[in-house]
Amino acid sequence: MLINFFQTLKKLEIPVSVKEFLVLLEAMQARLAFGSVDDFYLLARSCLVKDEKYFDRFDRAFSAWFKDLESLDDVLNALVPEEWLRAEFEKYLTPEEREQIKSLGGLDKLLEEFRKRLEEQEKRHSGGSKWIGTGGTSPFGNSGYHPEGIRVGGQGRNGRAVKVWEERQYRNLDDSIHLGTRNIKVALKRLRKFARTGADEELDMDDTIYSTAKNAGFLDIKMRPERHNAVKVLVFFDVGGSMYPYVRTCEELFSAARSEFKHLKYYYFHNFLYDFVWMDNRRRREQITTTWDLLNTYPPDYKVIIVGDAAMAPYEILSPGGSIEYLNKESGAVWMDRFSRTWRRLIWLNPTPQEHWPYTQSTGIVRELVEDRMFPLTLEGLEEGARYLSS
Amino acid sequence: MGFEGTDRYVATEDLRMAVNAAVTLQRPLLIKGEPGTGKTMLAEEVARALDKQLINWHIKSTSKAQQGLYEYDAVSRLRDSQLGDGRVQDVSNYIRKGKLWTAFDSTEQVVLLIDEIDKADIEFPNDLLHELDRMEFFVYETGETITAVNRPIVIITSNNEKELPDAFLRRCFFHFIAFPDRETMERIVDVHHPDIKKSLIKEALDVFFEVREVPGLKKKPSTSELIDWLKLLMADDIPEEILKERDRSKAIPPLYGALLKNEQDVHTLQRLAFMVRREAHADR
Repeated sequence: MLINFFQTLKKLEIPVSVKEFLVLLEAMQARLAFGSVDDFYLLARSCLVKDEKYFDRFDRAFSAWFKDLESLDDVLNALVPEEWLRAEFEKYLTPEEREQIKSLGGLDKLLEEFRKRLEEQEKRHSGGSKWIGTGGTSPFGNSGYHPEGIRVGGQGRNGRAVKVWEERQYRNLDDSIHLGTRNIKVALKRLRKFARTGADEELDMDDTIYSTAKNAGFLDIKMRPERHNAVKVLVFFDVGGSMYPYVRTCEELFSAARSEFKHLKYYYFHNFLYDFVWMDNRRRREQITTTWDLLNTYPPDYKVIIVGDAAMAPYEILSPGGSIEYLNKESGAVWMDRFSRTWRRLIWLNPTPQEHWPYTQSTGIVRELVEDRMFPLTLEGLEEGARYLSS
Repeated sequence: MGFEGTDRYVATEDLRMAVNAAVTLQRPLLIKGEPGTGKTMLAEEVARALDKQLINWHIKSTSKAQQGLYEYDAVSRLRDSQLGDGRVQDVSNYIRKGKLWTAFDSTEQVVLLIDEIDKADIEFPNDLLHELDRMEFFVYETGETITAVNRPIVIITSNNEKELPDAFLRRCFFHFIAFPDRETMERIVDVHHPDIKKSLIKEALDVFFEVREVPGLKKKPSTSELIDWLKLLMADDIPEEILKERDRSKAIPPLYGALLKNEQDVHTLQRLAFMVRREAHADR
């Protein structure tokens, strides 16, 4: 029966290996958790999960397995936490929208209705006014016009996402992709800056010979610090809905950057930079970092790379309250200005093809804000950007 | 025989399970958690509870895995050879045992603490894979293999500054010390300051959790800061009324120096207090 448990963990993509599983069995054999589910839960977690960021997933897997949910569908349903839907969703709505929701009997009803219809409906659906699908006036689906609509999966039609919830949307960028990252790594190498700092622990051959000779042949050892890559990099990733087509490219960049720099800090944001960013997408609601903190924490010698498609409504940048997530007191432009004043070496990498840039007004605004240091997320663009950063 | 926490250390159930599993199966235990939640102290207390000697290997950014095994002091040997010292003939005279070797060598089982492993170079944990797995290593200079007489209880702490390699993680048990909830916190305070007045604890905890909520603090006060602060409060005999008077305009708690370790944080708090005061004025 524990094999099933192991499989459930695997299905939820918790990185567990057979070795760890065998350790768990060994621990069971040593009677570390005997006759108590609670003990077994603690023991299994300690054996199998090696990073607190997977705790939540482990809990879901455990409860799914424990309740004997057999089909994977149920496990996947568990991935959409109910309280998230409710509490967070309600925050997003304007008073008028909330009024309108009442027309359908409140949010609870809406969500319930949504589940019901999802069950009733079996095929993919487009248009119409009842079923969940794309482009209709039913409250559920994608790219629709119902004010209380819930968007399900899919991509925003014009790249202007409004209140998206979609399970894959807020995944953390995966840095385990290695294919195709080599080229990016080579481009990033430009950023390298070697420096000798820290304790003396390497034999300085030249100096030793020189000083021994000077000492009339009596050995005089000279040491020097080791060489390190001293460059410090701060990366911000846009994880908004319109970035969805570029997730793979971003993952590659992220993966390459991760292995290239010792001092690499990364944060996520949605569409534009405002009061806060977050480090872990899965826990973006609880664990936010205020942007002031970043500005105060990282000294000006950090190189800043912002990755985003810069495609949004102009008011999202220019006016206070423009964020699609919450009511921001200061406009994105004000924050951007603070950024470029704090970190002089700042570039914006844009994954959309450069020839499309003129067609999006916001891209022009952002380019102005970053003083034209926007580069396409291609090898050449990256190299050019790296050249600027290291200059 | 298991670890149940001690009179000086409150161990939650999940922590006890992790420690006991690691001790029983003789595998390293990796402890993560916010700074100041008692990661290092855990090793000390495990050693005390199980009545074993503690060997502390504190990792710095310059630490190398090899230093934990042994170091070959080629420089003094070279020097001795120039001075004609007889000891030069035997290479083992110049091999200095590291912490890991000392732990392996011990005739009784010891507790080995590898503190703040994330401070070291990225490759550091990888270099210790085999040593921690098999509890043996090879000394090239003398050609001998050192095997642990008694497999030590290895406790490793990390502040999450760098991610640890998967291969390393796979060999460890893992526990994340979550920030204690109110109830656990009261027990912890009780363990450290048994004679503190109940009401003082309550008021102090209120203030403490409130300060933790203040947005934009560089370093949120944690358990160890709370303990220090309470010590000061008691020594100073601050009447609890002062703590109770939670007028927002006086947002700076007394003796805040123990709670906030950062000048900027103090400024943040003062600025907040000022803003609250100003708003109160405007209301009037």
